[in-house]
Amino acid sequence: MKIMYLFRLFYRELKSQKKRITLTILALAWGTFSIVVLLAFGEGLKRQMIKAMHGLGDGICIVYSGQTSKPYRGLGKGRIITLNLEDVKLLESRVSGIELISPENDRYRNNMTYGRKSLSERVIGIYPDFEDLRGYHPERNSRFINDLDVKNKKRVVFLGTELKKRLFGDEEAVGKTVLINSVPFLVVGVMVEKMQNSMYNGPDVDKAAIPYPTFQAIYGDKYLHRLIYRPEEISQSETVKDEVYKVLSQKYKFDPTDKQALNIWDMVEEEKLMKNIFLGLEIFMGVIGGLTLIVAGVGVANIMYVSAKKRTKEIGIKMAIGAKKRHVLLQFISEALMISFIGGGAGVLFSFLIVEVFRVLPLEGEVADILAHPVISFQIMILTAVILSIIGFLAGIFPARKAASAKPVEALRYE
Amino acid sequence: MIKMDKVKKTYGTGSVQVDALKNIDLEIKENEFVGLIGPSGSGKSTLMNIMGCLDVPSSGEYFFESERVATFNHNKLAEIRNKKIGFVFQNFNLLPYASAFENVEIPMIFMGMKARARKARTMELLERVGLKGRASHKPSELSGGEMQRVAIARSLANNPRLILADEPTGNLDTQSGDEILAIFQDLWKQGHTLVVITHNPNISARAQRVIRLIDGKVENNGA
Repeated sequence: MKIMYLFRLFYRELKSQKKRITLTILALAWGTFSIVVLLAFGEGLKRQMIKAMHGLGDGICIVYSGQTSKPYRGLGKGRIITLNLEDVKLLESRVSGIELISPENDRYRNNMTYGRKSLSERVIGIYPDFEDLRGYHPERNSRFINDLDVKNKKRVVFLGTELKKRLFGDEEAVGKTVLINSVPFLVVGVMVEKMQNSMYNGPDVDKAAIPYPTFQAIYGDKYLHRLIYRPEEISQSETVKDEVYKVLSQKYKFDPTDKQALNIWDMVEEEKLMKNIFLGLEIFMGVIGGLTLIVAGVGVANIMYVSAKKRTKEIGIKMAIGAKKRHVLLQFISEALMISFIGGGAGVLFSFLIVEVFRVLPLEGEVADILAHPVISFQIMILTAVILSIIGFLAGIFPARKAASAKPVEALRYE
Repeated sequence: MIKMDKVKKTYGTGSVQVDALKNIDLEIKENEFVGLIGPSGSGKSTLMNIMGCLDVPSSGEYFFESERVATFNHNKLAEIRNKKIGFVFQNFNLLPYASAFENVEIPMIFMGMKARARKARTMELLERVGLKGRASHKPSELSGGEMQRVAIARSLANNPRLILADEPTGNLDTQSGDEILAIFQDLWKQGHTLVVITHNPNISARAQRVIRLIDGKVENNGA
């Protein structure tokens, strides 16, 4: 009932200062809206960026050849270290933390023909693990290169989404034969569409993948262009990386601490870096939103000061009939909080609306993919609620203390 | 009930000091009906504010039920005003946005009374002042006499022993004034202590004792 009493007081105040309170609520709603929408788009951007980053592979390390930068056991620096297929087996057997591993070699400008269409495309040679390592997931009713293909050096090919479209259009590709540099290959799979913002040698959707031994037989490559692996536990990534350096340094005789002897592109590190950038961005946007809200908070405090002044007489009456300081404090603080939460609530509601609209809108294209996926996360909600409470409380406490410290006789005499 | 010992009240500072009360010695006993009279500016309201713990003396001691009021803190003073003193003002001092019912109920909210008991008590009080049918009316919808009866009901909310009224009939017509007086006499019979500032000869005639204040001094304490 006490609560109802406070609500009644608030309602009365609302009626008596309609314009002022409406403006303040609007300011709060706008401030809240800005902060929530800013953070929602930031959060959406982050999630899309991370998803796109995982388009290259989640938690993988890509090992390239390198050049030694330190002399080691009588060998000078500047030696080029290149990897070959045996290193894949070596790492598989010697480094226990590796879950998936695959070599990768590629060639540009291969003549690829289907029917009367002839294109110049990129071909890569890989192992079956490549599917999970790099997200080469097959469409339904199709498959990726498998162990049997590798073992038997089969002439089978897995096509990237865009490449398949260029070559086949809407036609079914699986089961058809294409010519790669005049050699016939059976299409066994087509990639599902994926987002990718991190890449080397072009987007994956444009590539054709064939078994590594087949690739080697055709092109005669002795060395690996790169080797890709993923640790079982992403948290163990550093340890596994050190182990990889150690095993390969023994074989190729370089200093295991020489990080330039082999170049390793570590996606875990990359992701950490990106998350930090986004954290910085979030803090920046949060501060901007928070400042907007503080301006609105000053409005609330202003209202409460006017309201306290106007109600001096009422406070005097209440004190005469037994109101304690805390009763007066409670009244003003609760009113400031109610104004804050009504404004904040309206702002949050409106942000949800905008976010929903963006979700429903059929926005396409690379920019829209990255930008137009706002997400209102639980943290954003909590943060907004906390900021609004603090503003409401601070905006209420000072006028309230002033009101509560009035002398009863003087307050009663006030007209 | 209450006792004053050389109570002084001075307003203003420096060279323009005005002594509103000058060395008041006064005692009012349990269940007295005291009329407080005197010309305007004689310090009646100031005296009543001190009696009601709304104001503090500049010097001297005020004892409420034998306790030194000067030693009370804010909360204690509020509690005394809430439970032991009922105020009735000349201009009623009702909360304009609240109904008669709510106005009477508020002191009980401050006391922390449970909703059910509070509602029952509020109705009982309104019935006692003959306003049961007007419970949902706002002050603006009531006559002066009715507003003052709401104010009396409110002053009785927590059943205080001392009722202080500052010209309760000052803004009322004769008939309404007589009704208020009748209520006061009832309260007196029921054992309340009453102190009433008044210019109304009807009231001072019914009072058990009349104190006359002139120029901040007790000219006649009626005892």
